[in-house]
Amino acid sequence: MATSFLQRHKMVERNITLLAVLAFGAVTIGGIVEIAPLFWIDNTIEKVQGMRPYTPLEQAGRDIYVREGCYLCHSQMIRPFRDEVERYGHYSLAAESMYDHPFQWGSKRTGPDLARVGGKYSDDWHAQHLKNPRSVVPESIMPGYGFLAERDLEAGDMRAELKVLSEVGVPYTAKDIAQANDDLKLQADATGDAADLKKRYPKAQARDYDGDPKRLTEMDALIAYLQVLGTMVDVNAPAAQEKLAKEKGR
Amino acid sequence: MESVLMRAGLWFAALVLAIIACALSVDWGFGVHMGICALAAGIGLIVTLRGGDFSAPAATGAAQSRYYDDVIRWAVIATVFWGMAGFMAGLWIALEMAFPVLNLGIEYINFGRLRPLHTSAVIFAFGGNALIATSFYVVQRTCRARLAFPGLARFVFWGYQLFIVLAATGYLMGITQGKEYAEPEWYVDIWLTVVWVSYLVVFAGTIFKRSEPHIYVANWFYLSFILTVAMLHLVNNAAIPVSWFGSRSIPLAGGVQGALIEWWYGHNAVGFFLTAGFLGMMYYFVPKQAERPVYSYRLSIIHFWALIFLYIWAGPHHLHYTALPDWAQTLGMVFSLMLWMPSWGGMINGLMTLNGAWDKLRTDPILRMFVMSLAFYGMSTFEGPMMSIKSVNSLSHYTDWTIGHVHSGALGWNGMVTFGALYYLVPRLWSRSRMYSIRMINWHFWLATLGIVFYAASMWVAGLTEGLMWREYGPDGYLVNSFAETVAAVHPMYVLRCLGGLMYLTGAAIMTYNITRTIRGSVQRDETPFGPITFNPARDVPIIPAAARLATSAN
Ligand code: HEC
Ligand code: HEM
Ligand code: HEM
Repeated sequence: MATSFLQRHKMVERNITLLAVLAFGAVTIGGIVEIAPLFWIDNTIEKVQGMRPYTPLEQAGRDIYVREGCYLCHSQMIRPFRDEVERYGHYSLAAESMYDHPFQWGSKRTGPDLARVGGKYSDDWHAQHLKNPRSVVPESIMPGYGFLAERDLEAGDMRAELKVLSEVGVPYTAKDIAQANDDLKLQADATGDAADLKKRYPKAQARDYDGDPKRLTEMDALIAYLQVLGTMVDVNAPAAQEKLAKEKGR
Repeated sequence: MESVLMRAGLWFAALVLAIIACALSVDWGFGVHMGICALAAGIGLIVTLRGGDFSAPAATGAAQSRYYDDVIRWAVIATVFWGMAGFMAGLWIALEMAFPVLNLGIEYINFGRLRPLHTSAVIFAFGGNALIATSFYVVQRTCRARLAFPGLARFVFWGYQLFIVLAATGYLMGITQGKEYAEPEWYVDIWLTVVWVSYLVVFAGTIFKRSEPHIYVANWFYLSFILTVAMLHLVNNAAIPVSWFGSRSIPLAGGVQGALIEWWYGHNAVGFFLTAGFLGMMYYFVPKQAERPVYSYRLSIIHFWALIFLYIWAGPHHLHYTALPDWAQTLGMVFSLMLWMPSWGGMINGLMTLNGAWDKLRTDPILRMFVMSLAFYGMSTFEGPMMSIKSVNSLSHYTDWTIGHVHSGALGWNGMVTFGALYYLVPRLWSRSRMYSIRMINWHFWLATLGIVFYAASMWVAGLTEGLMWREYGPDGYLVNSFAETVAAVHPMYVLRCLGGLMYLTGAAIMTYNITRTIRGSVQRDETPFGPITFNPARDVPIIPAAARLATSAN
């Protein structure tokens, strides 16, 4: 038996096309079986109330979060363990990152999880902490990001970015896209009329974030993003709890 | 002549396109990158116009009787260069984690930007060049055929270096897709695709024109590595650019789907880049250095197919207890456990090859490097399946334990096997009878080994400390430690890791010196020899195919 198997394998060893085709076949199967179902099995993501796309300012802040590699030290995925839930809050739901392109779950917690950091600290705390982490947490090994406060936010054309995001499935409306650049400025301006913005982006907060109302800086955007993390879904509301019970996973 | 004109035309077109893209760029980083591309195209143009036609000699019989080794020599030098760069970056970020003031408040050298620089420099630049060099060397020798398409092989080398430069400068400027190990942006990804397909063509083309009927096992591994990395790269980097003249893009998949695709990619970057490709290396250089045939032919067949089939499934072990559906996590765990078998199959096949040659370990530090590398391969592929068990992972995930696992594999297995291969290749490629100094190889061996021990041990302690402190409850039922306390607790371990990194880097610096001296002159350091490494250039030639032989004799 064994010898005949080896004999037959000889054919593969003498034919590179056959070898390549078989090897490629072997490496595709696993991926297809695991990945394909996620796109159509509907219990992957339970829709929960409150999830909305990021506002242009939050999205611009998220771009800075990605750019600075915060994900290399911070996770955004709370696992369903007692200690994690007590430390960081309710465990993360699939739906909470459904509009995240790219996802930022992270793989290393050099710093704490940030999935629910929104609302945990004041804007001032964040600004101070980002400029000089050791001035608020002496043991911290987080780098300082003072340069963010000194630089004007140059997010580029947010309309183009929102448009592409809508193409990959984030439900921005035509109006959201058309007004993206204005929305961006409006949200960081404490004096403007943000009623329309809040209608389109429920619970969005419009204010100056970095303590420097005269300028729209990268710090404004980043803090706006940090402050919205984990606040969209009210995980303790009864409706959400019911959905949760159905979310298979853990 | 015509082909020179055509290639010059292509370079010129690339030059013009790059300049236009630079002028139209919507962000600073993209402009810089297109400037670099223009520079590269300009150099290509000048070299083409001045150097004339390189490919012509390939057609004549005389050249057929030699292997095409130029590209391999360049890639060996590039491996050493990028290795030093990557280790230095690693040491620097290790220092930043121990002493955060070293971030200096400068955005370009912040931890978040340098860490991808480190991982890409060591995996893709150091590892990638080592794979290019060894695969081109091995495929020619085992097929007894000259490299197919030498011109394209040169393009593969230089194109790959351009990819590295674009990726690395991009990280410093903050250009990233935000996905670990797949950080380069869309246009760099497209470029890499072009280079990679050329790599496949050169490699498979050489196998096609082989003079040996049998394809040697090392080539199976190299081939599956090249094919699979192409697939992974294309799927995981599927994205839509925000502007055709800007660096930002939005990935097609986000959220859970994005996470699974990313770790399907990430784990198999480990499985095929850092494992299958390096196993190819192992299967050629270990038997060569030991002067023994591979231990078991049957084992190599079984473990090859099992390894490439099983690896693909194991990605979800990076997502245990996350919002990924349970069945996927379980599949990932089960396949990771099974993966232990073929991994150890490879290790056993390598180690047992030394049967009857174990005494050589006493006299041959290069062989010692190979053996140490296989030992670390065995260790990290035992640790990996263990960490894939969900209950173990609940402790190890997110901690420095993962970092320890990574580096026992990376420094021990990938690093050591590469060093061994370099020491084997350099005298042969530059026609020296041996390395400048064998004693320095011995120094390198011990420094690297000790460095790994410091690195891995300190990270295991740090990882367990973090995992246990995060979940520690007091008698009052409250969590005992604030996060900041756990950060402070691992500080001594971070300092120890720097020491390990420094030792590893010092070893590599000694290697750099040794290799430089070997290449520069045939003078050898006057020392009591450990044992001869004999190289017979007369035997190191391809078999000239019958057709070419006829042509030669007709001349
Ligand atoms: C070298 C790793 C590192 C990087 C990179 C890093 N951080 Fe941190 N971060 C830490 C550590 C360690 C702490 C815990 C100590 C502290 O609060 O400063 C922390 C704490 C925080 C906190 C407080 C969380 C809490 O719940 O107390 C926030 C918010 C934060 N980081 C945001 C960021 C942002 C935004 C970035 C990117 C611009 C970033 N961090 C980059 C290591 C890092
Ligand atoms: C001088 C030697 C080296 C030193 C000092 C070093 C140091 C580091 C440091 C400090 C980190 C960041 C860890 C963290 O975020 O907690 C890191 C990450 C990493 N390094 Fe190294 N490194 C070295 C060599 C290598 C080599 C040779 C390789 C691969 C071939 C490698 C692969 C990686 C990878 C893959 C990561 C990311 C790990 C993860 O995300 O889990 N390193 N390294
Ligand atoms: C049988 C083989 C292996 C298995 C089953 C395995 C399993 C694992 C597991 C469970 C993790 C931790 C994931 C997490 O909790 O986040 C991990 C991380 C990692 N392993 Fe392995 N491992 C194996 C071999 C190797 C080898 C040989 C290397 C070579 C260098 C390697 C490189 C890595 C890297 C780079 C990471 C870090 C990924 C990240 O989080 O950024 N592994 N592996």
